[in-house]
Amino acid sequence: MIELRSVTHAYGDRPVLHDLSLRLEERRIAILGGNGSGKSTLARLLNGLIVPTAGSVSVDGLDTRRDGRAVRQRVGFVFQNPDTQIVYPTVEEDLAFGLKARRLPRDEIARRVAAALERYGLARYRHQPAHQMSGGEKQLLAIAGVLVLEPSHVVFDEPTTLLDLRNRRKVIQLVRDLPQRVVVVTHDLDMIMDFDRVVVLEGGRVVADGPPAEAVPAYVERLG
Amino acid sequence: MLGLYLHRDSAVHRLPAGAKMGGLLLLTAVVLTLPGAWGALAAMVAGAALLAAARLPPGRVLRDLRAPVVMLALLFGIQALLAGTGWQDAAIAVARFAALILLATVVTLTTRVMDMVDLFERLFGLLRPLGVNPAKMALMLALTIRFVPLLGDLVREVRMAQRARGVERNMAALFVPLLVKILTMADDLTAALEARGYDPADTGSQR
Amino acid sequence: MLSTRDLVLCALFAALLGGLGMAPPIPLGFLPVPITAQTLGVMLAGTILGARRGGLAALLFVLLVAAGLPLLAGGRGGIGVLMGPTGGFVLAWPLGAVITGWLAERFASGTSPVRLFAVSVVGGILAVYAVGIPWLALVAGLPIEKAALGTMAFLPGDLIKAGVCAFAAAAVRRAGILPLHA
Ligand SMILES: Nc1ncnc2c1ncn2[C@@H]1O[C@H](COP(=O)(O)OP(=O)(O)OP(=O)(O)O)[C@@H](O)[C@H]1O
Ligand SMILES: [Mg+2]
Repeated sequence: MIELRSVTHAYGDRPVLHDLSLRLEERRIAILGGNGSGKSTLARLLNGLIVPTAGSVSVDGLDTRRDGRAVRQRVGFVFQNPDTQIVYPTVEEDLAFGLKARRLPRDEIARRVAAALERYGLARYRHQPAHQMSGGEKQLLAIAGVLVLEPSHVVFDEPTTLLDLRNRRKVIQLVRDLPQRVVVVTHDLDMIMDFDRVVVLEGGRVVADGPPAEAVPAYVERLG
Repeated sequence: MLGLYLHRDSAVHRLPAGAKMGGLLLLTAVVLTLPGAWGALAAMVAGAALLAAARLPPGRVLRDLRAPVVMLALLFGIQALLAGTGWQDAAIAVARFAALILLATVVTLTTRVMDMVDLFERLFGLLRPLGVNPAKMALMLALTIRFVPLLGDLVREVRMAQRARGVERNMAALFVPLLVKILTMADDLTAALEARGYDPADTGSQR
Repeated sequence: MLSTRDLVLCALFAALLGGLGMAPPIPLGFLPVPITAQTLGVMLAGTILGARRGGLAALLFVLLVAAGLPLLAGGRGGIGVLMGPTGGFVLAWPLGAVITGWLAERFASGTSPVRLFAVSVVGGILAVYAVGIPWLALVAGLPIEKAALGTMAFLPGDLIKAGVCAFAAAAVRRAGILPLHA
């Protein structure tokens, strides 16, 4: 479970999140909101990529400020642009990156990479330069690079924004099938219709929070 | 990024990168110290023998050699014409370096980029006492290889965008947006590395 | 110690050098040789990243060229090119970036294009020529004056690049992005 207690976050002296308190315990949670409403900031707080200026964030009882490393092991993060998430030249090497950073034994790394190549349909790209893959394939690789670390939660920040219809569906399906707890920041309403909970942000505050049937219409109304 | 490597099934290809680089260094020292044209001649023979042993297509090798060798020959020709005297010394210098370039080209064509990069990483390991962190060097090399094609696209893209706005040949108008874009990429990439558990304080002593 | 962001910036600027080599050279009509922007990349690495990170970026690039990636303008690369007559002008890039960066940190950390131009000339042109010209003389068996004279064909283009670097670095600094000391 991820818990935010009176979280305020400011960049310089400009606050973008105001005194947010949330207990995120449902399995599928979506965060909606207009541009600049603070969604990405909130998402990045969840795995300790940034720490709040005031208040605290904890994951399964671990504080992101104190136990950043342990938190990042638990919470995977997928960004919008696959191009800046793939860090190694070829698919196989990139999948191994996070595992190496975690100092796992060599054979364990090889085993997990091989399993991930199969599971996410990347086996035939194994030695291919990431540069030669399509946007959707790259995003699948980026997601696989996070899932191979076996996190207990995965946070996605607009994972489908740059994808075409078909790849969007693929990613949506993949997210739907994940056994992990999932928090998704998105503008993609199709993706979240069967989610357990939707949190709507506006100007750094929660303006609606509930099941999609309630929160999504509230969001649409506010935007319109 | 496949590099200039040309795959063939040969003993030269199978030699470890370290042996080839070491050999090249040694031969360079020998060629430059042997008096007269002997070193050049020896290196030329060695180069030709290796070329044959590596089963490299001579046409391709010649193509790779063309630029530096033509340039050397041109420079030499001009000198011989203008100076008259002292052309023998110049001839020896040119022959020496032509031979060394041939040898170096054989090494490049028969060694995979990743094997060379691995060799560099091991060499960086030797520099650890000087504060060099081989794991960081390795990561930076990999990141660079990954991002060269992307930046190639970016350069083209920005150039196209400028052209579309009627700005031709204005290199300044090219570089400002390019640098801004690189900064955004740097922020995103830093976040992505750290989100996947990369910790720069880690000494990476395991690798 | 290099932070994650430092590693990323070094790699991105090294990759920028490669990316610039992939773009077709810009013909400037009035110059005898077309301009490739790679040396401009060296000056930018120094002025924008500073001595340490800029030098490292150029070093990464040279290592990958030596490893056999065709990253030099015209798709050239490999040890043979580095050992060739013009190899010194490439091998000198890490030094050039370090000197540009060192000078920039001390004398051109603001937004003055004149100062940025001056440090780019010293680090990106003088330092590079100081290695490249003797190398050319040695490899081609040329007297050093002749090697220097031949190199002058590239001077106008390189001066233009230093100007572009000064303008671009000043603009980026004015916008407050990519700080030199961070
Ligand atoms: N690194 C940063 N430094 C300064 N300000 C920032 C930074 N990141 C975001 N901001 C500002 O904080 C506010 C919230 O940004 P955030 O990225 O969280 O919004 P968002 O809801 O994700 O928007 P979008 O839908 O456009 O992705 C914005 O006004 C943005 O300009
Ligand atoms: Mg966002």
